[in-house]
Amino acid sequence: MALTFMEGNEALARGAIAAGCNFFAGYPITPATTIFNSMLKMLPPKGGICIQGEDEIASMGYCIGASMAGRKVLTATSGPGISLYSEQISFATGSEIPVVIADVQRLGPSTGSATRGADGDIQFLRWGNTGGVPVIVLAPKDALDCYILAVHAFNYAEEFRCPVFIASNKEIGMTKESFDLDSADLPPIVERRYFNGDSYLPFRADPDKAPDFLPIGGNTIVRQTSSTHGPDGYITIDPEVIEATQERLRAKIHKAADRIALYEKNISDKAQTLIISYGITSRAVDDAAKALARQGKPVSTLSLKTIWPVPENLIQQIAASHRNILVVEMNLGQYVNEIKRVLGNKEVKFYGQMNGLMISPAKIMEVIENG
Amino acid sequence: MDSFLNHSRPLVYCPGCTHENITKSLDKALVKLGLPADRTVIVTDIGCSGLFDTFFNVHALHGIHGRALTYASGLKLARPNLNVIVTMGDGGLGIGGAHVLAACRRNLDLTLIILNNYNFGMTGGQYSATTPTDAFAGSEFLNQAEVPVDICAVAQSAGATYIDRCSGLSKALPDKILRAIKHKGFSIIETLGMCTGRFTKKNKLTPRDLEKKAEELPVPGGPVPQNARPEYGEKYRELAGRCKPFPEPVTIEKKVSLETCSRQEIVILGSAGMRIVTAGDLVCYSGLSAGMHVSMKNDYNITVLRGQSVSEIIISDEKIGYPGIKSPTVVLALSHEGVQRRKKIFADLAPDTFVLKEKSVDIPPTPGKILEIDFRALKIKKQDWALASLAVMAKNGHGINREMLDHALKQRFSEKVYQLSMKTIEKIF
Repeated sequence: MALTFMEGNEALARGAIAAGCNFFAGYPITPATTIFNSMLKMLPPKGGICIQGEDEIASMGYCIGASMAGRKVLTATSGPGISLYSEQISFATGSEIPVVIADVQRLGPSTGSATRGADGDIQFLRWGNTGGVPVIVLAPKDALDCYILAVHAFNYAEEFRCPVFIASNKEIGMTKESFDLDSADLPPIVERRYFNGDSYLPFRADPDKAPDFLPIGGNTIVRQTSSTHGPDGYITIDPEVIEATQERLRAKIHKAADRIALYEKNISDKAQTLIISYGITSRAVDDAAKALARQGKPVSTLSLKTIWPVPENLIQQIAASHRNILVVEMNLGQYVNEIKRVLGNKEVKFYGQMNGLMISPAKIMEVIENG
Repeated sequence: MDSFLNHSRPLVYCPGCTHENITKSLDKALVKLGLPADRTVIVTDIGCSGLFDTFFNVHALHGIHGRALTYASGLKLARPNLNVIVTMGDGGLGIGGAHVLAACRRNLDLTLIILNNYNFGMTGGQYSATTPTDAFAGSEFLNQAEVPVDICAVAQSAGATYIDRCSGLSKALPDKILRAIKHKGFSIIETLGMCTGRFTKKNKLTPRDLEKKAEELPVPGGPVPQNARPEYGEKYRELAGRCKPFPEPVTIEKKVSLETCSRQEIVILGSAGMRIVTAGDLVCYSGLSAGMHVSMKNDYNITVLRGQSVSEIIISDEKIGYPGIKSPTVVLALSHEGVQRRKKIFADLAPDTFVLKEKSVDIPPTPGKILEIDFRALKIKKQDWALASLAVMAKNGHGINREMLDHALKQRFSEKVYQLSMKTIEKIF
């Protein structure tokens, strides 16, 4: 086994290439810039397109245009860029345009700290669109995850025709580390489902599915619009048609939540405490759990890699056999609210930190030991 | 094909609105162009100009206010054979100004039809980027404190390769649109129109006035000779065609067997220009050459050649979980700025932590085991201090050994740089 050595951002870019990404548009921003740099080195020699937008809004616009032309598109930014993407994200969400968006999170709010990590965008990614329509958010814990989750992200974007976020973090994106690339367990590539019947309606679909796709510029005339539309892609004010679309946009993702759920779990029969985490923090949780096990005080861990849609059944099922639930995240309390919502009456404890530093295993052990 | 208009969706403009003639002129231009319907896409902005796509039987994309050019660019880059036409009002021109400038500079083969009717029609006649200062608009007095923009003049200075302007009622409009479409590159055609629902209710503006306005502000009326240059897509593909394939990821084979291999945490404290990041890379390559797992975090200023440069490396025989430094085993103190950046770590170092301190660098009191070295006396240049420190680590058996370092240097550097680096290494051994 020979190890490779690269930062999370390069691994994410390489994962995107492995997924068949052939279009990238982005705008430089620390700590996400090296995704753009990597794509710019990799895509043009393969006949793909990589461009630098005049701003973040444009970058997302290029991606939307290219995706509607049939390309598999990626963009990458950090919190301030997500803010600028926001209305374009709403367009892609409501009008079912596949796009993968890497958010290499940095400490906010606003300009915040360019080179300090945080997981401060976790609710923003879910709710940063007008209309509150669901999206998919994946959270890598290391460089290898960046590589693998990039492929899952493209698969989900193609199948569900929605924006899929990779919620990375400066501490993953800009940390160089060794990993075994050959060990990467990549899923089979999922391609967009093309329409092959007669009389195409661009938004006709089953009540819990994304519509079949045809590209703008292909042999069949295609309409795309950011306005409230019916199956034919023309504006509508018919409440029944509007309701059916709104419900379908939710159902296509929520009904598949169990299947979209990616995670790692380490359940100890003797443990009374379950620690739930995601992203870079999961690594400290793993270290803390190992140390506690050595001390004869085992805990169980659940590291979520799909954070939206919330894997509710999974969380409920694993939490059921534990008395204490602890949520640890690199913010002052965002995802813990989902865990509390999902677990109803169960008491959920929380530790969060928002100071530019990663949460250490020692801190997690201290929180556990202080009950 | 005698018309691309969608007869099941009749035009819905206010009576007398110039947009009607512009819609019909665009249709005539498309008919004369003679491309099949599936070769054209109309990308529309927001407002009344945003209705255009619904009237035509061609591909259509209607998006967010001001951003039409961004979707159009993505479509054209992805499908170079597509005929891409953008319709945008003076509102979109204002809010999407950055994209207009970028499109002018880039010269991607798009046709932008600006429907300038001097106000925001749909929202109630508010003033736009083109409302005359002396007009009565729906924004009380606000337009009286500003001046309107001449988009054709702006486009010319921004590098547009084709610029035209005329009354939206001009009989020449279909031919003008056709020529703009046929231009290979970004073409911009500004039509001047009457918003009969809003603007002309309070302002006198007649068809003759529109012609006069167009005459008063002459434009190239076609290609702009001083801006002539290759189309962006072709240029892009030409340049991209020369790019060399990006190398596959480097893998580092295990070459060295270690008898003992405990976790090492190495902190290199230096300054910009001291090749600290490269030294960090070399430590990682050393670890990898012994089959170990490694991680590296760097901390440097956003400006170059100034300020601290700190590299923190973990070498471990187990897969690395938490990638933060918990208890350094080696600290290389090579510059004042670097030491200041991590001054808090010194007091808590373990007694067996190896602290290499360059003679000129002061460090806070520490229980660590200090070795002071005068690199200047060894005639080692400052930019090689970090490399020399790695040799000191290897020589004293801290974290890495000479064999690991040698493999790292060979893997990381070209033969020429390897030979140069060996001169520094040999000064230590």
